[in-house]
Amino acid sequence: MSADPATFRFVSTNRRVREDRRFVAGHGHYVADVALEGMLHVAVLPSQHPAARIDSIDASAALAMPGVHYVLTGDELAAATDPLMNGLDTPLVKRHPLAVGQTRYAGEWVVAVVADSRALAEDAAEKVVVDYEPLPFVMHAEEALQPDSPPVHAAHGSNVLLDRTFVWGEVEKHFAESPRHLSFRVTWGRSSTVPIETFGVVASWDPWRDMLDVWASIQMPKYPDQIARALRIPANNVRVHQDVDVGGSYGVKRGIKQTVLVAHLARRLGRPVRLIEDRLDNMGGGDAHGPDRIFDVDLAFNDDGIVKSMKIRALDNAGAYAGRAPFQLGKPIGAIVGPYRMESVQYRAQSVTSNKAVQEAVRGFGQSPTNYAIETGIDKVAAATGLDRVEVRRRNFIRKEQFPYLIPSGSTYDSGDYHTVVDKVLAHIDFAAMERERDRLRGSGLLAGIGIAACLEPSGANSSFEPLLNEKNTTTTWMDSCRIVVDGLGFVTITIHNTSSGQGHETLVSTVVGEVLQIDPDLIRVVRPDSLACLPSNSPVGSRMAIMLGGAAFHAAQKLRTKLARIGAHQFGVGEDGVVYASGGVGVPGGKQLGWAELVNIAHRNYHLLPEGMEPGLETTHVMQVPTGGTLPKDGRVQMYPCHSFEFHVVLIAIDPAIGKPEIRRYVIGHDCGTVITPHIVKGMTLGGIAHGLGAALLEEFVYNDEGQLITQGFMDYLLPSAHEVPAVEIVHHCTPSPFTVFGQKGSGESGYLGAPAAISGAINDSVASLGISFNKLPIRISAIGDAIAAAQPAKSKE
Amino acid sequence: MKPAPFDYVRPDSLAEACELLAGDDDARVIAGGQTLVPMLAMRLARPARLIDILRLPELAGIREEKGSVVVGATTRQAQAERDPIIRASVPMLARVLPWVGHPPTRNRGTVGGSIANGDPSAEIPLVAVTLSAEIMLAARTGPTSMPAEEFFIGPMVTSIDQGQCVRAIRFPVWPHRRIGVGFFEVSSRRSDFAFVAAAAQVALDEEGRCLDIALGLGGVADRPLRLDMSSLAGTVVDAASAADAINAACADLDAMSDLHASATYRRRVAGVLCLRALEQARDNAAAKPAKGAR
Amino acid sequence: MKVDLRINGVSRTADIEPRKTLLDVLRENFLLNGTHAGCEHGVCGACTVLIDGEPVRSCLMFAVQADGYEITTIEGLAPAPGELSVIQDAFCETHGLQCGYCTPGMILSAHALLQRNVTPTREDIVEAISGNICRCTGYGQIIEAVQFAARLRLANTPRQAAQTDKSVAEAK
Repeated sequence: MSADPATFRFVSTNRRVREDRRFVAGHGHYVADVALEGMLHVAVLPSQHPAARIDSIDASAALAMPGVHYVLTGDELAAATDPLMNGLDTPLVKRHPLAVGQTRYAGEWVVAVVADSRALAEDAAEKVVVDYEPLPFVMHAEEALQPDSPPVHAAHGSNVLLDRTFVWGEVEKHFAESPRHLSFRVTWGRSSTVPIETFGVVASWDPWRDMLDVWASIQMPKYPDQIARALRIPANNVRVHQDVDVGGSYGVKRGIKQTVLVAHLARRLGRPVRLIEDRLDNMGGGDAHGPDRIFDVDLAFNDDGIVKSMKIRALDNAGAYAGRAPFQLGKPIGAIVGPYRMESVQYRAQSVTSNKAVQEAVRGFGQSPTNYAIETGIDKVAAATGLDRVEVRRRNFIRKEQFPYLIPSGSTYDSGDYHTVVDKVLAHIDFAAMERERDRLRGSGLLAGIGIAACLEPSGANSSFEPLLNEKNTTTTWMDSCRIVVDGLGFVTITIHNTSSGQGHETLVSTVVGEVLQIDPDLIRVVRPDSLACLPSNSPVGSRMAIMLGGAAFHAAQKLRTKLARIGAHQFGVGEDGVVYASGGVGVPGGKQLGWAELVNIAHRNYHLLPEGMEPGLETTHVMQVPTGGTLPKDGRVQMYPCHSFEFHVVLIAIDPAIGKPEIRRYVIGHDCGTVITPHIVKGMTLGGIAHGLGAALLEEFVYNDEGQLITQGFMDYLLPSAHEVPAVEIVHHCTPSPFTVFGQKGSGESGYLGAPAAISGAINDSVASLGISFNKLPIRISAIGDAIAAAQPAKSKE
Repeated sequence: MKPAPFDYVRPDSLAEACELLAGDDDARVIAGGQTLVPMLAMRLARPARLIDILRLPELAGIREEKGSVVVGATTRQAQAERDPIIRASVPMLARVLPWVGHPPTRNRGTVGGSIANGDPSAEIPLVAVTLSAEIMLAARTGPTSMPAEEFFIGPMVTSIDQGQCVRAIRFPVWPHRRIGVGFFEVSSRRSDFAFVAAAAQVALDEEGRCLDIALGLGGVADRPLRLDMSSLAGTVVDAASAADAINAACADLDAMSDLHASATYRRRVAGVLCLRALEQARDNAAAKPAKGAR
Repeated sequence: MKVDLRINGVSRTADIEPRKTLLDVLRENFLLNGTHAGCEHGVCGACTVLIDGEPVRSCLMFAVQADGYEITTIEGLAPAPGELSVIQDAFCETHGLQCGYCTPGMILSAHALLQRNVTPTREDIVEAISGNICRCTGYGQIIEAVQFAARLRLANTPRQAAQTDKSVAEAK
């Protein structure tokens, strides 16, 4: 809009990320570093059963131990607090921080023990005797869908949380008209973001001030409101300290259940209380798993590979409680056709409860699994028509001149130039040479394949999926905000109003404000006040902060600039239009000038020189609404996020057929997120997203056995990619600015992750296609590949 | 994830350590602790006492001793990895050590600890079994020893008695001039335990005939196995003869199955990696100059 | 149980339960919070410290076992308050981190590598940091940071012989 890229002083330049300095010195400030006088420690006791009635709890032996202060049960907590919020209108699916009456998954927290140290609390937890009566349980989504499956919540009546079919456009007509159809199923295994820091929270209650102080490793919109609501206390009695550094989140650090638990204990005991999940707590009962989803897809297309219509059914295994999991089926509606011109779509979104742990938001909020399904389909269309996979994508892509482009489900894509990104990537790679390399590898006795994925990263999040899936929810506001204060000596301080988990928000806002005010960003202080001193904001979700926090900072800086210009113009006796702002000063072209210090002095000390009616001092705020947001859904259609970044992955994989281990030989991604504000940050997020996607594709899964027990409870079995597994990645940049944002920026916080699983899966399937086999479930394990190859070539394996 | 309480004792001599261990069913030896401490943290092990043997002088050091190399139990894996004697005389051990855990765990983990832990997919026990090493034990009743093949009896189960601790491992040094080693393993990530690991050592005569041959398989069965390759002795090993010998040796292989790899996978890939390890060992041996050459 | 430790060149004493890991003692007894708990079972590397210069998991070591060693934590790496070491500065230059949680352990592993290998290859770097899991970066900018630090250190090493000149030239 108002900024011209050619004149950027700081935006898009390779500046350092200011947060890094404290982290490399070990001087971050994480929740586990918060140590309060008299603080007590919590350990939780997990359920051993996937489903069991709790007949009795005997805590006497635990309470008799020295140093043990309290044993909290679900019944006590449920009586004192309200249930945690559900996203959908499912009031009988009640969720409390500790199991009430029965347990619904192995690992669910049953009692919380409070002691002088975590070790003592663990000692005491072992002494708590719980009498269980095992109940029938259900682990698989398709079984849970059956009417006769054991209901996880008897009061709810069935395991179905959501079953909604959307029809956008003339699907049946388009299917009937299309000469070719294909159908397939793919399954996305239950994985998550699994940050290296677990969730942690410290709470302290001051009865003389009626104040609950909370320090937590959160990334949660409306966090203080939800705590207050559950605790039945006024929201202004909750003070969340947002200057806590969060050790990674990528979606999952929501922590309402943990915080309600700890806050209740702090109030009950009159002492500060902390719960830092250990890795077993986190993985078994921290309620931070991710999508666990089956897709059934039908495509209608023609001999030219043009896909006219799609039917897609997504069945998600939400786990034992609803939480926000069903919404992860809603957000992908905003990019349900990917980068393609499909004319109509039928989407059936089904979410069921099961006796697994609860899901939280995972990077992309359901978008990466959906992209995996769509991209697998596009590969299959190419195979069916005998066309090249890149060519099929090109033919179906929305063309540059078609933007803004309205997709059938109601979202308008802001901008893009997919063909050019693809061209740049293929030129960078020398795609023909890569194909020759693949053929050379094949000739040498290996299986080899190229994977392709093209997908979008909807960004600038609002929560349009909430009213879309729950009519009682009428939220259309999703603001973020920024305040700029210039003190009496002329130094600038920016306040931002949420937590950060590595996204570099301090760098973002100082860069933006420095750009607008034309002052050195490194001299700007950025602070995060506690929640009671905050402007209305949300949190860094849905790839929104470059757009929303960057936007709020931009507008606040513009207001400040305008104020300075008005002060200057007033001194010169000219109108606002008669002055020019430059590098912190204001002047009449070719005439008088006032510098930053003089303007600051007038604002702070010379009320007599201020224009009439102007407030003294130099402070501006801006509360920004999501661009294009603000309307409720109509007829099952809604504008989801405003901006749409594009990524195009090409990966070359080789597999030794006797072993089955996929080895990534080359990985290239084309990335267009509009104007890049801080190149270092965007690069890091993209590379990190690809590594995360590699994990989801090949390594990571929360696996439950037939007895309902989680068998990947720690890092020996839930496998995070190490430096050995992640390839060097080449990034090819392109910039198609968004018309809806201040610098043309789009989001990048989910980049890489949204297409990597599809691309890696595609490369493996290209490798084994000659054997007539394919893999349709993530993660694709070495053993599965090896066994399938051996089964496909029985004669050879005997050699 | 905090261990249950225990007492910690660090004896000054091996004799004192043995004295402390004798008759104390609740005591456990700790050295590097790289596998024991996680088990303590998860409370899967809960000894009343830990006897720390890491600094006992009797258990330290690597020395050559009449046709063998004796590796003290507390030798750090990283130290062994860099040790010139091991590189020269027990090349198979040097070859596998980079695959043991990752650098920080090798800096602290010991050779003896890996043996005592008895993980069926661990590399050091595999080498011990493949080379027919001798596990040297200490106890109040005096030093004893047993062949590695008898030492490992099941997953994380060894024939060590309460009251005993691993003193050292004696690896035989082959006297031949042309010796080659081969090693392959498959795991999810480089640092993970192997689904299948195969280690081979071959000695050739001047004509390329096999003078001695050892082949071991880890990760597949409930313990590391030494496969009988005696049929190849005295022959020129080629792919066909090696495959026959391996197929015969693996015929009744009882393979484990878990989340990460099926039994079918392990059994099949066992044959593949055994053959590759054997051929690599043979080729490495053949690359060494024959006697009298040059 | 009383234990005497040598941490970042300073002798410290603590009276602790034997079951307390070096990690917990560094954090709770000595308030050295730069060492982080990630998994507490020896896989993630967030708790990495240097023991006699070599990276070790402080969650896999009891503090009572740690006497007699030189223990270095991330707090011991900066030459002065507010002043970064070369490797720390290199991580800032390439943005070899995001949330910062794995960073202290990562930097200590990288520091130990550069102490014994002045011209590490990419493979050397990957191996050296392979025991430190980073969930944010995908490792790319971390590897760049270590490569950059290696170049800086070489360039700043006083040149004494032609041999050194050659290796500097090669490294560039």
